[in-house]
Amino acid sequence: MKVGRIELFAGQTFLLVLMAITILPFISIFTTALHPSGTVPTGLEWPADPQWGNFIEAFNVANMTALLASSTFIVIAVVPVALVISTMAAFAIGLLRIPGSRLLLSLFVFGLTLPFGGIIVPLYYLERAMGIYNTRLAIVLPLIALYMPFAIFWMRAHFVNMPGEISEAARVDGATTWDLFLRIHLPLARAPIASLGILMSVWTWNQFLLALVLVEDPTQRTMAGALGAFQGHYATNVPLLCAGTILILVPTLVVFILFQRQIITALLQGSVKG
Amino acid sequence: MPAPSKPTATSTVTSDDRPVASALSRWTSLSRVVRREAAIGWLFVLPALLMYALFVLLPLLLSIQYSFLRWDGIGPMTWVGLKNYATVLDDPDLLGTIFNAFKLVIFFSFIPVTLGLVVASVIHRVATGRLGAIARTVLFLPQVIPLVAAGIIWGWLLALPGLINQILRAVGLETFARAWLGDFDWALPAVGLIGVWVLLGFCTVLLLTGITKIDPSLYESARIDGAGWFTEFVNITIPLLKQEIGVCLTVTVIAALAAFDIVYVSTAGGPGNSTAVPGIQIYILAFTEQRIGLASALAVMLMVLVLVVILPIQYLSRESTP
Repeated sequence: MKVGRIELFAGQTFLLVLMAITILPFISIFTTALHPSGTVPTGLEWPADPQWGNFIEAFNVANMTALLASSTFIVIAVVPVALVISTMAAFAIGLLRIPGSRLLLSLFVFGLTLPFGGIIVPLYYLERAMGIYNTRLAIVLPLIALYMPFAIFWMRAHFVNMPGEISEAARVDGATTWDLFLRIHLPLARAPIASLGILMSVWTWNQFLLALVLVEDPTQRTMAGALGAFQGHYATNVPLLCAGTILILVPTLVVFILFQRQIITALLQGSVKG
Repeated sequence: MPAPSKPTATSTVTSDDRPVASALSRWTSLSRVVRREAAIGWLFVLPALLMYALFVLLPLLLSIQYSFLRWDGIGPMTWVGLKNYATVLDDPDLLGTIFNAFKLVIFFSFIPVTLGLVVASVIHRVATGRLGAIARTVLFLPQVIPLVAAGIIWGWLLALPGLINQILRAVGLETFARAWLGDFDWALPAVGLIGVWVLLGFCTVLLLTGITKIDPSLYESARIDGAGWFTEFVNITIPLLKQEIGVCLTVTVIAALAAFDIVYVSTAGGPGNSTAVPGIQIYILAFTEQRIGLASALAVMLMVLVLVVILPIQYLSRESTP
């Protein structure tokens, strides 16, 4: 590859500047979070006396222990169920190719374009009627359903590309459909299932609209939903708000750094295979 | 195409002497097996389908039903036909939310996709090693954090004492400094800027994976001919990335039209209605003004709008790609 020295320099400078612009907002809320609670600092300014205690104060006033527990509960309730039922459905649609699978696929894929805002109002009244409004189930059940389009679409892409010989060999050995799924294809689908699971965990953690509308009590919400409530209370206390925001960001950033490759490939392939 | 239904074929060997009956029995047993297979297959789909039907399709139908009603959420429902739709089209504030959504498309979609193409091709040309990998990770960071957090972060950056104004003052442009999100003219572009920050990394990384799939010999022969960055960009990169560009546009256009979190947290639709988008307006109509019918009419129009915008993009980016 032959690239001129000037171009190399210009290109790399451009990238470095762009990275700085991307990072700067994080640095700004970090320095702001270290200013004395209740003051109004300027955007980027290292405080004379860094108030590390702000993080503890934010942790306490936001009731972070309860929030972490609630978000974790919601993730644990949503992700495994969504993984199991979407993988089973995708197996039937992509590999067994049951009659009507094209129609089923279109029905699910249609949901990919659906803005959550389009169904939030009836969902609210539906959940009131079902008696699950203002409980964690109010977030859990619709989220599982709303993930089906992407999850089935994503797992189907895996099953559709599995060579038919694998299933045929198992059939000759007398495997039932259930064996075929559980013993042969589920272990082979471990990688795409893992990526999907990480992705859905992050999405659940970050889910805001459902939490805002369907659960009044912030301690029963997802992290993002709780952050919305926190902002409502502490909008004027900028350092504390920034400290709280950082506390809520950290888990997603850690998950991202740890599972970077899976998250990126999952997001990208999920959208390209369409 | 029911692929895994082979086992029945073995029965043909045994009953050669009674061809008709055997054909018949084979047919019935085959169809019984096929039907049994299909039934089992449907059992696999059933849990997902039930959840989807109950919590997505049913609310969708209810949205359509509500859109024909006047209802405050508690009292009796009155059938009003298409009146709610007429109201949305008549009321400049409501119709304005749809225009605002399209203005957001410029920021959430066109800028990240265009800039993403440039950045991806720059990474591909000058930073194939370590720097490229780091740039990819860093640019992607805003995509993983909650949108609510992005809204809060930028709410502070764009505030009067925030970083943006601090920079403007530092370079002698203090006359431009303002409370960006409280300014009638600048609030919408400011919200759009948040979208650029969030979505640029997604577009860049997706387009970059597309570029790396392009046959390197194309670039090599172009470079032997002395092609510069721009020639290469226009003649090789863009035409061969049609599908990836289509995906980027699809995802980002949906993000723009369905925007809620960022707007709710940073401006809540204000000042006035200058940043009100359909998602926000649906929320306000339904949950603070108790006008369920009107909110649902706007919701149905939003869903149709997304489909109408997305389908041509899908069609165009797919045609004539192998």
